[in-house]
Amino acid sequence: MPIEANGKVFETDEEGYLSNLNEWEPAVATAMAEAEDCTLTDEHWDIINFLREYYEEYQIAPAVRVLTKAVGKKLGKDKGNSKYLYELFPYGPGKQACKYAGLPKPTGCV
Amino acid sequence: MAKKFMYINRKAPYGTIYALESLEVVLIGAAFDQDVSLAFIGDGVYQLTKGQDTKAIGQKNFSPVYSALGDYEVTKIYIEKESLEERGLTLDDLQHLVWEDEDEDYAEKDSIRLVSRAELADVLDEQDVLLSF
Amino acid sequence: MSLLHTVNKSPFESNTLDACLNLAKSGSTVLLIEDGVYAATSGNAVADKIKNTSGINFCVLGPDAQARGIEGKLAEGIKVVDYEGFVDLVAEHDAVQAWL
Repeated sequence: MPIEANGKVFETDEEGYLSNLNEWEPAVATAMAEAEDCTLTDEHWDIINFLREYYEEYQIAPAVRVLTKAVGKKLGKDKGNSKYLYELFPYGPGKQACKYAGLPKPTGCV
Repeated sequence: MAKKFMYINRKAPYGTIYALESLEVVLIGAAFDQDVSLAFIGDGVYQLTKGQDTKAIGQKNFSPVYSALGDYEVTKIYIEKESLEERGLTLDDLQHLVWEDEDEDYAEKDSIRLVSRAELADVLDEQDVLLSF
Repeated sequence: MSLLHTVNKSPFESNTLDACLNLAKSGSTVLLIEDGVYAATSGNAVADKIKNTSGINFCVLGPDAQARGIEGKLAEGIKVVDYEGFVDLVAEHDAVQAWL
């Protein structure tokens, strides 16, 4: 189902992940979040930006366990735990945050 | 009790799908908290060469994924010495893969272990499960 | 009459390169593509197979060498061609034998 943001239409796959991750822009994340009744805060953006940087460097969307550990190192131990991440992204930090960040679904995330 | 899993990689990247499939299975399998190690033998050593650039062949360059293996707690990567030599390669031609030890303030440690055929045979002998790609 | 031979298998994995060199005549061209490009690196265990031929023109497909990170390690005397160069080679020769 395509998603509209910033006056443009973006193709997604059947699960709502962006088809072409190079097309991503922040408005896409905002639009995807709105569709799920989620308002993006600075804390959300920290994770979204982190995921995009991770993908840029390693070419994969990290598994939740890896994301949790890496966030703990980068943003502080208080944020590097699944409780914090699930509060921000109740549909699952892997699935939901990766989707907003325009990444594919994390490998090994069924 | 964690089992010892070893993934044996003996194919070059891009020409066939084996290398990429192996990597995906390793990443998925890493969720199961086992004692995982990877071995690169024969043409498998080509998977780790530095400077891969796949733009012109229209395939995804998956070589950066190997440097994420440390995050997935895959910290033992065995390279067979004879296979490198046959191909005119040295460790300097391969990516330098490391992992961060959380217990030692994220100190970087080498993941790559250069081993002889005889040494690798002993490592294989210790495994509970061997997966071949 | 000259042939263009292509080899797309690693020389360490199959005998495709041997099969090709057994029948490639002086004046022909051998173009290494896909995993075949590994034969063209310097200092490898099969380098002599190429060195010991005479009158054969050896080329590698640049995009395949770049993808594999070996473009800077090619042996002397090996010419790098791009996709257009591949097409030119096909046009310049009388026929193509693709060794698989």
